[in-house]
Amino acid sequence: MTVANTPVLVSDAAESETTRRHSPSGPAKRARGLAKYLALTPFAAYVIVFLGIPTTIAVVSGFFTDEGAFTLDNVAGLFAPNVLATFGSSFWVSAVTAVVGAVVGALVCYALLGTRADGPLRSFIDSVSSVLAQFGGVMLAFAFIAAIGSQGLITVLLRDSFGLDIFADGVWLYQVQGLLPVYIYFQVPLMVITFMPALSGLKLQWAEANATLGGTRFTYWTRIAFPVLAPSFFGSLLLLFANAFSSYATAAALISQGAQIVPLQIRAALVSETVLGRENMAGALALGMVVVMVVVMWGYSVLQNRTSRWQK
Amino acid sequence: MTRPSTTRPDTSVAVRMGTEPSRLVRWVILGVVGLVFSIPIVAMVVFSFRDGLGGGYTLAHWTGLFDEDAARTYRNLFTGIGNSLLLAVVTVGIVLLVLLPTMILVHLQFPRLRRTLEFICIIPITVPAIVLVVGLAPVYSVVVKVAGGSVWTLAFAYGITVLPYAYRAIQSNLDAVDVVTLSEAGRTLSANWGQTLWFVLLPNLKRGVLAASFISVAVVLGEFTIASLLNRTNLQTALLQVSQSDPYVAVIFALLALAFAFILLLSIGRIGRTRTGSSS
Amino acid sequence: MFTKRHLASVAIFAAAAITLSACAGSDTPAEGDVDAATATSAEAFGGLDALIEAAQAEGELNVIALPDDWANYGEIKAAFEEKYDISVNSADPGVSSAEEITAAKNLKGQDTAPDVFDLGSAVALSSTDVFAPYQVENWAEIPDENKEETGLWVNDYTGSMSIGYNSNEVPEPESLDDLLGADYKGAVAINGDPTQAGAAFAAVGLATVLSGGTLDDFTPGIEYFGELKDAGNFLPVDPTPATIASGETKVVLDWSYNNLAAAATVDGWEVTTLPGTVYTSYYNQAINADAPHPAAARLWQEFIYSAEGQNMFITGGAYPVTLAAMNEAGTTDEDAIAKIGNLEGDIVTPTEEQSAAASALLAEKWAAAIG
Repeated sequence: MTVANTPVLVSDAAESETTRRHSPSGPAKRARGLAKYLALTPFAAYVIVFLGIPTTIAVVSGFFTDEGAFTLDNVAGLFAPNVLATFGSSFWVSAVTAVVGAVVGALVCYALLGTRADGPLRSFIDSVSSVLAQFGGVMLAFAFIAAIGSQGLITVLLRDSFGLDIFADGVWLYQVQGLLPVYIYFQVPLMVITFMPALSGLKLQWAEANATLGGTRFTYWTRIAFPVLAPSFFGSLLLLFANAFSSYATAAALISQGAQIVPLQIRAALVSETVLGRENMAGALALGMVVVMVVVMWGYSVLQNRTSRWQK
Repeated sequence: MTRPSTTRPDTSVAVRMGTEPSRLVRWVILGVVGLVFSIPIVAMVVFSFRDGLGGGYTLAHWTGLFDEDAARTYRNLFTGIGNSLLLAVVTVGIVLLVLLPTMILVHLQFPRLRRTLEFICIIPITVPAIVLVVGLAPVYSVVVKVAGGSVWTLAFAYGITVLPYAYRAIQSNLDAVDVVTLSEAGRTLSANWGQTLWFVLLPNLKRGVLAASFISVAVVLGEFTIASLLNRTNLQTALLQVSQSDPYVAVIFALLALAFAFILLLSIGRIGRTRTGSSS
Repeated sequence: MFTKRHLASVAIFAAAAITLSACAGSDTPAEGDVDAATATSAEAFGGLDALIEAAQAEGELNVIALPDDWANYGEIKAAFEEKYDISVNSADPGVSSAEEITAAKNLKGQDTAPDVFDLGSAVALSSTDVFAPYQVENWAEIPDENKEETGLWVNDYTGSMSIGYNSNEVPEPESLDDLLGADYKGAVAINGDPTQAGAAFAAVGLATVLSGGTLDDFTPGIEYFGELKDAGNFLPVDPTPATIASGETKVVLDWSYNNLAAAATVDGWEVTTLPGTVYTSYYNQAINADAPHPAAARLWQEFIYSAEGQNMFITGGAYPVTLAAMNEAGTTDEDAIAKIGNLEGDIVTPTEEQSAAASALLAEKWAAAIG
């Protein structure tokens, strides 16, 4: 019933016609089918060698002890209360920064609508977003320490000029809460980059149709634009979540004591100078992370199926 | 099916229809976000002018960049920059030559594999690099025997790292453009697949492809963990080396690296736009 | 929907995994430098000059985890490069000792693998299967308790735990209790997490001995940091030259050579050692048994333990292992040692058992104490 349906109906008809007219049948059809699958092999081979094998090796290492004996101890260790607590913290930080990043990023994309795609403003923001989306690790942590650390530029400014001490209850920057502003700093640009193509794909005639049929800006956005954008929005949100969930270098630079989120637990297992021999725990933790992502992806695909019901 | 871009409606009409924000809204949003995001950068710049712990400011850290003693440190830094640029080129090549055709193929011919592809492309981001490299090390010991030990082979691992971002950027575009109809239109007009891809599909996917290339370059320039754990030199590992001797120099170089990446991406964007003519 | 296609791809993938791991496991014999890889002293090469030649033929040395400002390694690497015309590839300056060994294992057989290590004692003692034994020319000058008898690992330098502080903002601390006072609110940091980093472990050790405890039981040290946290004086951030320079970490408990290096770069940073027991711990040199440049690795050892190399450690604020022998022979750099003072007083270093016990205790109690 929505505007989005119409083009697809037309192409369905077109496709079946051309299929009848152009596609071969019998052995030639099977050969062409095979060729299509063969075309997938470069990507498949590449992904298997450089992603499948390393991930498997890393995750499977969680099932073995140092001596090579099979064990479920490491996986059982995942359910220790402090490890579950770190998974909870990781999940919370990732969810909050993903949502805030997605909303602010979408707002920025909205603000860019209507500007020329090759104009100076768009080029500037595209480039800045790409750079900042990957700005992380030690330098980003230090930039925030220099800005809002206990002796940071803004902290001192607020203290001296407005009498406002943001660290009156303790320095929260070096605890899990402190990760929030820092992560949002690279989440928002990432959202801008990945969501902008979708937003600029909103067809003009939909807005015109809405206006012609007497709709307002509100109905345009709520009834037409949001639903169409929902899959891309949630896809980008998922990406932001995964990005924050596995982010390691920045947290490691800010939080030196303890391991409050999962990547820091992995650091503790892999790099300890004083407590050795827990490397295989890192494999189990990685397995835990993959499981969390699978669950989130499954939730996302359920959502996708719902929203795309009236898209095709 | 898409109206050509040259007949855009008047801005005031567009604002009333809701396709554009009003100028005030646009500049308020961009202004506030821009201000907040510039704070950490400004803090870094201010830090680079500080003169020790006693307060006061100095240009000495910036002018010290041209000291002769620094030449040895620069040698490593220039190697790192060169390597990172090479890696960026090869990684973008992998994205454009391997990922993009596969995504288009899946979108057109294997719609049921879409979820699988999406899942595959999000796995790299769920396994943190410090764990992935444990598995990459044996793979690379074989790669080194086959393809030599030079640094460009790192691009294979980087191609995997950028998969989630590049996939999302291209997929957003694929979802927005009706690729099925376009490809059928091309085929009915008796173009073969190559011509359809090049003349019909790619111009419409330009936005997503450019976004994917941008983010790939940015990821490669900002990547540290894998290069460091495989003991190769790239821009970020070289920066870390430099930072060990002097914190002010480290911050200055980080700022310069950001500026360098920014200018590089700006130029790529410029080239991408002028070569393919007017954009939609 | 798992179809036969999926099963086939899983099978292919499994086969590939098995094949690749088999390939990775096979050893490639070193080409032509079998002698260098098993040489246990310069004599095996036919003298130091022959060793220098063999090393120069290799042309490169891979080192790891040697930041330029750690015990003056920057100068040492540069001096080695200049003297022998061998380029030093310094990788991963920021990694820990455990990561050095991991890198050696990950990169086995590749020519970017590290040639030599500089490790904390805990890691050195437990990784001897990765090392090749080597005895430098002046082997006799190194005290027996500072080396493994065949030369698998050898102490190279130590520092004393010291306190660096921002002299513009906080007064000079004269005892541990001073640091609990109001002057130091949100100011005190240690170099990492004691369950992971050697320098932080040593900070807890220092607190233990200065609180009247012994190295057998680190509880007084852990309790001290708990008190520090309750007073609001403990800052859980990782101190780096940058955080020191920005004034964020006003007081840092770290090895003397690290604090001294910071003092050299940052105006206003001063270093002091608290009166009382002095806590030290030696780091260890070791050679990778699968070093891609074995002759260069052995030449590096010779350089480190020569008077020239050992004096450069003093310039960096560290105490080299042959200090006693150098003092006797008169080869010590007098100016350098005058700047940092001799290592005097009641000096303690943890033994292997004490380290293991303390690690276990920290793993149990540290997070609760400061969390």
